[in-house]
Amino acid sequence: MKAAVIQFPGSNCDRDTVHVLADVKRIQTDLVWHNDFKDGSYDAVILPGGFSFGDHLRAGAIAAHSPAMKTICHMAKEGKPVLGICNGFQILIETGLLPGSLLRNASLKFVCKWVDLRIENTSSAFTSAFDKNSRAWMPIAHNEGRFFGEDDLLEQLEADGRVVMRYVGENPTGTSRGIVAVSNEEGNVVGMMPHPERASDLALGGTDGLKVFQSMVDWIQC
Amino acid sequence: MLVGEFQTNLTIEEMAYARQELGREPNALEWAMIDAEWSEHCSYKSSRTVLRQLPTTGSRVLVGPGYDSGVVDIGDGYVLTMHIESHNHPSAIDPYGGAATGIGGVVRDILCMGTTPIASLDALRFGDVTKSDHSKWIMKNVIRGIADYGNCIGVPTVAGEIEFDECFERNCLVDVACLGVGKREELLLAQATHPEDGIFLIGGSTGRDGIHGATFASRILGIDVERERSAVQIPDPFTKKLIIEATLEANRAGTLRGCKDLGGGGLTTGLSEVADKGGTGVEVYLEKIRIREPDMSPIEVMISESQERMLLVVKQGHEAVLESIMQRYGLACARIGEVTSTRTITITSGRETIASLPTAFLANAPIIPRTARAPRFGKVLSNEMNRSLNIKELLLEMLRSPTIASKEWVFHQYDHEVGIRTVVKPGEGDAAVLRLPNGKFAAIKVDGNSRFCDLDPYVGAASVLAECCRNVVAVGAQPIAMLDHCQFGDPNEEEIFWAFSMAVKGMADFARTLSLPCVGGKVSFYNQDEETGRAVKSSPVIAVAGLVEKLEHITKMGFRREGEKIVLIGETKRELGGSEYYHALGLQDVFPPSLDFELEKQTQRAVLECIKDGLVTACHDCSKGGLAVALAEMALAGNKGAVIDIKNIPANEMRDEELLLSESNSRFILTTKSPDLVLRVMWQHRVPANVAGSVDGDFLRLILHDRKVQLPLDTMRIAYETSLQRILEPWQN
Repeated sequence: MKAAVIQFPGSNCDRDTVHVLADVKRIQTDLVWHNDFKDGSYDAVILPGGFSFGDHLRAGAIAAHSPAMKTICHMAKEGKPVLGICNGFQILIETGLLPGSLLRNASLKFVCKWVDLRIENTSSAFTSAFDKNSRAWMPIAHNEGRFFGEDDLLEQLEADGRVVMRYVGENPTGTSRGIVAVSNEEGNVVGMMPHPERASDLALGGTDGLKVFQSMVDWIQC
Repeated sequence: MLVGEFQTNLTIEEMAYARQELGREPNALEWAMIDAEWSEHCSYKSSRTVLRQLPTTGSRVLVGPGYDSGVVDIGDGYVLTMHIESHNHPSAIDPYGGAATGIGGVVRDILCMGTTPIASLDALRFGDVTKSDHSKWIMKNVIRGIADYGNCIGVPTVAGEIEFDECFERNCLVDVACLGVGKREELLLAQATHPEDGIFLIGGSTGRDGIHGATFASRILGIDVERERSAVQIPDPFTKKLIIEATLEANRAGTLRGCKDLGGGGLTTGLSEVADKGGTGVEVYLEKIRIREPDMSPIEVMISESQERMLLVVKQGHEAVLESIMQRYGLACARIGEVTSTRTITITSGRETIASLPTAFLANAPIIPRTARAPRFGKVLSNEMNRSLNIKELLLEMLRSPTIASKEWVFHQYDHEVGIRTVVKPGEGDAAVLRLPNGKFAAIKVDGNSRFCDLDPYVGAASVLAECCRNVVAVGAQPIAMLDHCQFGDPNEEEIFWAFSMAVKGMADFARTLSLPCVGGKVSFYNQDEETGRAVKSSPVIAVAGLVEKLEHITKMGFRREGEKIVLIGETKRELGGSEYYHALGLQDVFPPSLDFELEKQTQRAVLECIKDGLVTACHDCSKGGLAVALAEMALAGNKGAVIDIKNIPANEMRDEELLLSESNSRFILTTKSPDLVLRVMWQHRVPANVAGSVDGDFLRLILHDRKVQLPLDTMRIAYETSLQRILEPWQN
């Protein structure tokens, strides 16, 4: 099993994600510079958090046109697990692999804090290791994480079970219906605002994030 | 004074000295270079003799003051680097850009030692935000500037402190400290030691922003501040992120001999310092410098402080590797000259030499002798309380006071998690704790207390150092190095220079008692308002780094389990000068709390011993707001109440509210399951201590001499946690 973490200029959670995959989950993982990502033979690909291209134009907008995204779209079509974390989620939406949009937080401020989440869908490539309706404790850290869609889109996502995670209790960003993670129809492409790689060590505050990566392993193996 | 077309800030004596040393009249470009390099900001010409008092050596110190960062050995082949900078003048004019470029500067200081920046901290001072809309505007934009820049470059902002006082209304103080980590064998110095090595400039282009930044920082802000806007640099965190990655990669690839951050004084300072430290000279070709605007004069190019640039000294033969790394990151990279053996800084344009100054002359400004005079303290004493107080209301008022209230509104805007190293996060403990690659942990904190220092700069500055060390000890770390940042008014005023000298002496004397080396620092004078003539209160800020040996030693401040005993360590005295309590009530006293150097040292040692013995379940330093605030903070952090019997607090005779709010030094509060063992350790170190209560329920219950006070956790939480937001964003409530 081999996973790739894509590094864009301005990515800043790339090494953190590689560390958790390689050193904690013991998955063979390569950090690949975006222009060099042409090999679709990886079993999974992760777009890490950060500020790709400095968030110039719009968060994720420039990275969405990187040559790497062609390879990633192809892998997504093949049913391979594709995860976008934070800025990675923004890139997946800009690429069109996921629906909706991510607006600035309602407070118009960057928000960094640990949040209570409910796992709404346990059949996606990144949530199958969770129990149905279980809670998860992970940090968020972003400026543009307010998921937004027209009502019919939101209804459709709910009906299809594509809302993957939701805030429980406090909604610190004002996101629609508390949504913080969604998937594509097949469930192999997931975008999430919380950072699972930051919740993968007890010393740092929790280990619920490890289940996200365990789900990916399970998905590839079955 | 005008020389040619150039307006210099040099004194007549300095100009005479320059002419005499050179044996000729410098041209306008040379005057401009001398002016930038000899500015107070770059040369420390007023402060150098005073700063020599600080102890700078120790068994762990590899590089002390004088370089871009201090370097401390943490064992196993790893080093910590640390530095502190301020951006006070720029932030007073353009708070967003000023604060952002302040982080940019200090991050480059860590980077140019070849180490990775892993955390930044901010120490901020603003006017009274409860009264001034201007200060609210300054504060919001400073925080946003730090957040936008720090978050984007992927360096977590992990701790800090904020003080509010009317004296900072027109002169906010914005200090950023940065911590780095690296391998000892990859350490770089800002030195050009080998002639024929290439001098490369990478990153952003050289523009007209930040012209005269160093000299602008070396005088009082004028009334017409809007005109000074061009002295503030423009931040570009995205380019900075690429520079961090590219510079570290170039260093790992072995291409670099030295590296220098271009900050105050721009290219002039960068070139003269690498050449002076390396005992060489440099020759630079003006046309090779990439400029942002076509008609920039040589003077503008040489003193521009445009951000996001690094000066690299590249080993001969490694140029191609360097260029390929820079190309991958899309960074501009140009060989602008080379190292020479001439010991001269030479600038050429075409075939013509347009400036030529001896390295040692340019890099070493003549020292300005300053006179210090102690002020006559004749302050009105009004320390008698004549109205009866509702202690419950008073405590809630203290929790709401912006200096004491939770800084959640601030630190939730900072990404304090990126890098997955932050073990103790903002609000959880007295200092930030970060995981290091060698299995140990670094603790770091910044502190300041302008009210104490205003009353007595010697005791005040020593108390700031004491508090900062207590914070580091409270999380379970042994302090290993400190940084100082001295912020004062105009050093030409004898009383201000006296305050500066006494503050440094206070820090130096106490640092010697602790055997704590000072590995770097910064001096910022001229924090004074031209219109009112008013200087800021003396504001030395200190950063202390410590080392935690084991994960299990890490101690947070929240109460953990019901029934655990609360031990108060250290004696509470009736010392209320400079306290939050007196400030809130408009009372004054002439003295800040006293500091017994030996007792403070013993107290810290004893507490650390208890923590390492596994006796302590939570620990908190007791300082601003005294015992009452410290207990409330422990209760709120752990979401558990406590019962405290005031009769059991080691203290001399005073009123209840004075005892609860006195800010005496050398005190900690800790919780334990084994109070007898803790008291025995304290007794062995001759440190006063007593069990004063236990963790219990949902209230903070204080049994006073003649009554009981009960504060529900929820009420305290609303006062403490929402206060700053209510002040800064009243529409949100």
